[in-house]
Amino acid sequence: MSNLLAEIQEAVINGQAPKVKELTQAGLDAGQTPQEILNEGLIPAMKIVGEKFQKGEFYISEMMISARAMYAGLNLVKPLLIAQKTESKGKAIVGTVQGDLHDIGKNLVCMMMEGGGYEVIDLGVNITSEQFLEAVKEHSPDFVMMSALLTTTMESMAKVIQVLADNGLRDKVLIGIGGAPVTQRFADSIGADFYASDAGEAVSKANSLLLER
Amino acid sequence: MLVIGELINSSRKAIAQAIEQRDKDYLQNLALRQADAGADYIDVNAAAASNEIESMIWLVDLIQEVTNKPLCIDSPSPAALEAGLARCNKSAMINSISAEKDRWERVLPLIQKYKPKVVALCMDDSGMPETAEQRIRVADVLVGGLVAAGVSEDDIYLDPLVKPLGVNHEFGMEILLSTYALTHKYPRVHVVSGLSNVSYGMPERRLLNRAYMVMGIAMGMDAFILDPLDQTIMSTLAASRALAGQDEYCMDYIAGVRSGKVKA
Repeated sequence: MSNLLAEIQEAVINGQAPKVKELTQAGLDAGQTPQEILNEGLIPAMKIVGEKFQKGEFYISEMMISARAMYAGLNLVKPLLIAQKTESKGKAIVGTVQGDLHDIGKNLVCMMMEGGGYEVIDLGVNITSEQFLEAVKEHSPDFVMMSALLTTTMESMAKVIQVLADNGLRDKVLIGIGGAPVTQRFADSIGADFYASDAGEAVSKANSLLLER
Repeated sequence: MLVIGELINSSRKAIAQAIEQRDKDYLQNLALRQADAGADYIDVNAAAASNEIESMIWLVDLIQEVTNKPLCIDSPSPAALEAGLARCNKSAMINSISAEKDRWERVLPLIQKYKPKVVALCMDDSGMPETAEQRIRVADVLVGGLVAAGVSEDDIYLDPLVKPLGVNHEFGMEILLSTYALTHKYPRVHVVSGLSNVSYGMPERRLLNRAYMVMGIAMGMDAFILDPLDQTIMSTLAASRALAGQDEYCMDYIAGVRSGKVKA
């Protein structure tokens, strides 16, 4: 790995947005491809950040400032990747389920998935099963990821899975769920493909499931 | 100033387990200790228990066996709120109503029937509030609607909904400015806050919770959902009340010190 990519990684982990921007520009000017910067600089750095967060070595604030730094680089390479029609490694639609307006956990997942190299479609909060269904039809994602923070709204997750099944789309997507009251046991009981206890784990589980598929 | 003792909440693992195992002694002891430590209301939340309504009734009964303190019936489910309220032998508090259409329509009749004090969350169907202006806009709807339904302003406790500081370093000031604006617009209405959300995901959470409470009191917060067994927080509360001019001649502060409950 070039020295520059190592420096980009270090600057992302340290949360230095201006430095990441500067290094990314320098890399592009020196002929590094946007793919290299993304796949060997920004993404591995966010992987390390996610792991540190999962282990409790990083606090949320540290993950947030790293994400800001990652975006400083991503915003430079993204238009180039789009211009080249480069495929992302996978697509995820993410939303907080119907009746639930909590967005913080859902936003962290969006951020970390994007930092993990995925194309993310953020549906927002209070998303009905019909809206999830429409989004799956429209975007053909690899993942459907749902968040709920209330014991009363968790049940909506089962409804989304049911509606996808009724429309013959259940097996086209991998379904992940999370949120404070959600557990692995609950995920098993409603037939979700995976449960993640935090945003870092959401990405690592998405990665391993994508490899298996 | 009003203190709601937060410990009997099923989202805490030990409580969920005690509810499942019907460990009455443990829960009664916890209620009693919170009352002795100075809680004005004892929060009762069974939302994470396998049978919420049955567990709520069981909890309300067992707590009322050991203390005369009123209860704060806490649930996102209107059915569980009603089950708890119907069981209370004195005027209670509920946590909560909001301006979300469905919740408003289902919880308001309970408020009219049982006349509890009301925690009202400053959120509506458009989502969690982002700014002081949004909170005031929702508070206008809540206060206007509750007063029109016959609730006294003095029984309304607006919760401005604090968000985790770790996610955005401006969330602290956002909630403080919201509190200031709410208390000035509605001087007879109360402002309540839980202490623990602000520190979510941060180290040394109790320290942040404490600082948040002190700053909140300065801005006009006058009710807290907290752990009354934490002597540091209760002592800090007594000192902050005195400093905010809510303790005539500082008598409660002095009495607290003499009894050994308030300590530096």
